[in-house]
Amino acid sequence: MSRSKPLSPHLQVYRPQITSVLSITHRATGIALSAGTVVLLYWLASAAGGSDAYAAAQGVFSHGLVKLLLVGWTWAFFYHLCNGLRHLAWDAGYGFKISTVYRSGYTVIVASLVLTGLIWACVLAKLGGA
Amino acid sequence: MAEFSLPKNSRVMPGKTVSAANGAKRKRTFRVYRYDPDNGDNPRVDSYEIDLDKCGPMVLDAIIYIKNEVDPTLAFRRSCREGICGSCAMNIDGTNTLACTKATESIKGDVKIYPLPHMPVHKDLVPDLKHFYAQYASVKPWLQAESPPPPDRERLQSKEDREKLDGLYECILCACCSTSCPSYWWNGDRYLGPAALLQAYRWLVDSRDEATGERLDELEDPFKLYRCHTIMNCARTCPKGLNPAEAIANIKKMMVTRTL
Repeated sequence: MSRSKPLSPHLQVYRPQITSVLSITHRATGIALSAGTVVLLYWLASAAGGSDAYAAAQGVFSHGLVKLLLVGWTWAFFYHLCNGLRHLAWDAGYGFKISTVYRSGYTVIVASLVLTGLIWACVLAKLGGA
Repeated sequence: MAEFSLPKNSRVMPGKTVSAANGAKRKRTFRVYRYDPDNGDNPRVDSYEIDLDKCGPMVLDAIIYIKNEVDPTLAFRRSCREGICGSCAMNIDGTNTLACTKATESIKGDVKIYPLPHMPVHKDLVPDLKHFYAQYASVKPWLQAESPPPPDRERLQSKEDREKLDGLYECILCACCSTSCPSYWWNGDRYLGPAALLQAYRWLVDSRDEATGERLDELEDPFKLYRCHTIMNCARTCPKGLNPAEAIANIKKMMVTRTL
């Protein structure tokens, strides 16, 4: 019987692990940040477009769901930044031992969450104080 | 282009269940990928319930037990049974490793066994490694030198130069690393993959080799070398504890430093 050979399972069976999960997250946050740039542009354009446009934009940004998205983008930014530093170290030839890879990986996760928390704590304190 | 789902002819169907563990004290279920090229059926996963007291401690022992005692149609590669030939590389419990050095007791729950990922399958656990070997051959894994060796002895190396080959020469070409690499899954036709690149580096750092420039020219390509995105699955999975990702990073560094 002539038929082409099947392809063995890959994503379907390969165990997710820090190495691959952080790598794909790096890509995902990169894509999310590109999309976020459009939103940033919208905000800047509204600021340039006069007080009515700016007020409309502020209305959009005060929506709960949009705020949640902003927190997401903040985290994506810090994750991409921290993991980007990890990639810089690798490109310079450092940090390849698997134990180091795991330690730096967990550090990136914690650092990105802490930084996001800090920024938003500042933002909320500012809003609350205003 | 990356294809995340399996082609239609590769979707895995449920298979049969065989119990060979009547009255067993230490039962274990092995779920094994099966593909028979002689009929038109899709691959399937068969379950074999095994009495661990009747076979050796390693996953390979269990597979050999299945072939000898339960289902002689099961196909797989094996030879040395001590982690030096690289024949029994397969995906066990979600990561690539050698069945002969993976202890069954180290796995929780059912033992899931698949062929090396994202490879064409000849039969059951036997993947087609033709392309993988062709890529290895493409890095010219032999000593290239213009100057003749000294008439009275071999080409000698200092101890320091010899040490540069440690962590490289031990590679047994089992293909665990390359087939664990998502980048190799999506671009394996043109990306050389961790195994071939580790071998390329093995000759790039060899003090006796005189073709370093040509070797680097050959690798200077958006796909052959630079599809490595430092995902690190390769080093995570290598059953010999080697670090292909670091070897690849060293090649990238050589690419940069030679232009300075």
